Amino acid sequence: MSGRIYPDEPVDSFPRPPLSFEDGEGRPIAIEASDAADVEALVEMYRAFDPADRAQGIPPIDESSIREWLDALLTEESINVVALHDGSVVGHAILVPDQHEAYELAVFVLAAYQGAGIGTRLLEGLLGQGQREGVEKVWLTVERWNKPAKTLYQKLGFETSNAESFELEMAVRLG
Amino acid sequence: MKVLLGTGGSPDGLDALSETVERAREAGDELTVAVLDTSADADPDEVESRIRERLDELDFDAEVRRITGHPGSQLVELAASEGFERIVIGGGQRSPLGKIELGEVAEFVLLNADRSVTLVR
Repeated sequence: MSGRIYPDEPVDSFPRPPLSFEDGEGRPIAIEASDAADVEALVEMYRAFDPADRAQGIPPIDESSIREWLDALLTEESINVVALHDGSVVGHAILVPDQHEAYELAVFVLAAYQGAGIGTRLLEGLLGQGQREGVEKVWLTVERWNKPAKTLYQKLGFETSNAESFELEMAVRLG
Repeated sequence: MKVLLGTGGSPDGLDALSETVERAREAGDELTVAVLDTSADADPDEVESRIRERLDELDFDAEVRRITGHPGSQLVELAASEGFERIVIGGGQRSPLGKIELGEVAEFVLLNADRSVTLVR
């Protein structure tokens, strides 16, 4: 997955966590940076994740696979942001380094909390945290039919970087 | 059953080979391995020797063939012209985040083959 094209110009600064806001359903939500210390809270969230919202094989379904997957992702180098409601994790966004000095992005929000603006705030917080830590290049893949996700990524400054595989690939330059 | 496995030498292709050999042993399948020339992966000589090594380790007899030209279409073409009943390909690589990425060969074979295709995971 090298040869990816990034936008020439970096995007503006994103808000940096911690952040708090009221979501579309009137729930108080906090966006905070997170790390491997929060693994149990993340396992809880992924155990409650709707299998219909999975993409390209992630998140895994059973608990031991979820733990194995999170173990591989929650390293010193990855950047993690969570959305909290009433002390529980309801959303998680992550940047994982690839082998080309860039980061792959993914975001997950529990079904009951979707459509309330949490994903947008999570992504802004994640990209803000990425800028704080000096991340320059970020990419992701998204299913071609997932128009709402594509629209959201475009709003955040992502541009299509490869349209020739199964999934659409998009990229952004943070700094 | 006559089975045709195609791989360009990526790790998922070699995993698929091991699984296919296991099944072939149980079912008495006749296996042919096609070495695909996918520019992204290692050179075909090296791929072929890795395949032969794996077959040796598994102590299984299979014909190994080289395919040149567009890998997906040549694999589909070979399966049709020589009466293979099933095509086997690797299940894709994982991104840094663990997402499964299907390659160009897998996409072409799945959409264009006129017989069953097994994607090994």
